[in-house]
Amino acid sequence: MVGGLAPVAEYERFLLLRRRFRRAAAVVAGVFLGWYFVYVGLSAFARGFMARTVVGHVNVALLLGLLQFVSTFALAAGYAAYARRRLDPLAGELR
Amino acid sequence: MSGRTLTFGLFVVFILITLGITIWARANTRGADDFYAGGRTFSGAQNGVALAGDYMSAASFLGIAGIIALNGYDGFLYSIGFLVAWLLALLLVEMVRNAGRFTMGDVLARRVRRQAPVRRAAAVSTVTVSVFYLLAQMVGAGALVSLLLGIHRGERFLGMDAGTAKTVTIVAVGALMIFYVAFGGMKATTWVQIIKSVLLMAGAVVLTVLVLGRFGFDVSSLLGSAADASGRGEAFLRPGERYGRDVPGDAYQTIVNKLDFISLALALVLGTAGLPHIVSRFFAVPDGRAARRSVSWAIGLVGVFYLMTLALGFGAAALVGRQAIVAQDPSGNTAAPQLAQAVGEHIGGRLGGDVLLAFIGAVAFATILAVVSGLVLASSASLAHDYFGQVLMLGRPRESQEVAVARFASFLVGTLAIVLAVVARNLNVAFLVALAFAMAASANVPAIVLSLFWRRFNSAGVVAGIYGGLASALVLVFFSPIVSGKADPVTGDSLSLFPAGVDFHLFPLENPGLVSIPIGFACAVAGTFLGRDKSDTERYDDLSVRALTGAGAH
Repeated sequence: MVGGLAPVAEYERFLLLRRRFRRAAAVVAGVFLGWYFVYVGLSAFARGFMARTVVGHVNVALLLGLLQFVSTFALAAGYAAYARRRLDPLAGELR
Repeated sequence: MSGRTLTFGLFVVFILITLGITIWARANTRGADDFYAGGRTFSGAQNGVALAGDYMSAASFLGIAGIIALNGYDGFLYSIGFLVAWLLALLLVEMVRNAGRFTMGDVLARRVRRQAPVRRAAAVSTVTVSVFYLLAQMVGAGALVSLLLGIHRGERFLGMDAGTAKTVTIVAVGALMIFYVAFGGMKATTWVQIIKSVLLMAGAVVLTVLVLGRFGFDVSSLLGSAADASGRGEAFLRPGERYGRDVPGDAYQTIVNKLDFISLALALVLGTAGLPHIVSRFFAVPDGRAARRSVSWAIGLVGVFYLMTLALGFGAAALVGRQAIVAQDPSGNTAAPQLAQAVGEHIGGRLGGDVLLAFIGAVAFATILAVVSGLVLASSASLAHDYFGQVLMLGRPRESQEVAVARFASFLVGTLAIVLAVVARNLNVAFLVALAFAMAASANVPAIVLSLFWRRFNSAGVVAGIYGGLASALVLVFFSPIVSGKADPVTGDSLSLFPAGVDFHLFPLENPGLVSIPIGFACAVAGTFLGRDKSDTERYDDLSVRALTGAGAH
């Protein structure tokens, strides 16, 4: 049926679910896109800084690149945990 | 037994196993749910392994290892973009899974008044992106298999010279992929993908451990050896060897190079969530939560895999050496197999080298087969479900009829890809992968995101966004230095698709994303306001409830 579930969109609980999801999504997207483009920008325009040695042959560029991996894993795990705890129960109530 | 026979033997074993799976899947595929979505019975973990498999194409396994081996750090920039992009997929996957049934078209059409034009646009975009990506993989397969079997110019294998072997490989890969998809649908494609993914991870782990072992598990010493062997010293470990290069004395070209790099980064990070074969895999699980779990799995696997390509690439630079890699393949695609041979020889003599090379070669072959199958499945699903079922049959096809059309469509798309790949077999089409990402980011991602989040969006907006994004990416690439007008400053040889001397390039960047992605979004917004059809806010509310709660999901 077309538009059959539209009335649910007015429910208090649904509005709460949507607010929580949008806020979490905005935080995750803002952090990862911002941090990724900072990294890309540094790679393109701050070559001297990126070339600094940290330890042995490991330089800042490599370290920041590895931090991109760490942050991606952390954001994914954080979002998944938040969704399990704060979004899934609400969605279950409304289903 | 020579290494070549061993490699060939492993190819045959993989093909036999996957053909067996396809026959089993055929017997267990009845309706549309089975064919398009594998019966939605895959668990989050299984589907996540398959998703990672879809993503770790030959381009990312062999390509990135090769770029790192030849250009050092800059290959790493590529893999970071490929990985970070998955966070966008993680945020969207649950809504897409809940709102759709089999295809991206289902998600886009749910909330609009006029379905037919939206479905048609979704099918056009899905098929276009898939075919470009397919072409890149299949042309690569031709070159690669000849190399892996060690057929050099002037040599023969099973009575074929190198040129014939290339064509035969393309046709054979194409025939197998059509068979997997037409007979086994999503069930066969997913199992093929899972097997390949496990093989690929296992191969990468073995190689990584062997490489690190050679350097006493000291990463810094690996990096140092790679830098020394590259002949470029510490610069090899810094950004700028390949992307965003500084051109002394030419400020304009320097800026162009940097913008090109940013454009590539943008296309990589936004494109993943709009790739047709990735989106169609979101539907192979029972519900939105399982879909989210599968993306989490994919992030873990893809991340670990790309960390290992770092060891493989720098390992190849240190242990194989630039000269040996370029002599085999100028773009570096054989760096990983060559590395396998080198570390194998070190521990097990000639036999050890042959065995490890054969194994990695077979893994690369499995990778190509599995990825092209996923692409053919995504486009035949869209042609049959979106175009035939919803546009031609006005949304009332018989299910058996639609599945029969999907099987036939996989034959059509597959044949088209084979013909194009044979025609283009001697061109350097590696840029097509980045182009496919740019098209997905410019055409599909604006339509998906605005459909899910913008209340005012309507059918005219979807259609304008998809065609606008797709066309701008294609047109910009056609007038870019990739197609014409780029020459080697030293030798004067053409670095473009067209031979030296032909120059009609107007757009300076090689990757269109920086311009075409904003155009895609702008067209979608403009179409919404200029189109005559009204937004349907009631259907949007219905979509939001379904997408966020999973109520009424298929």
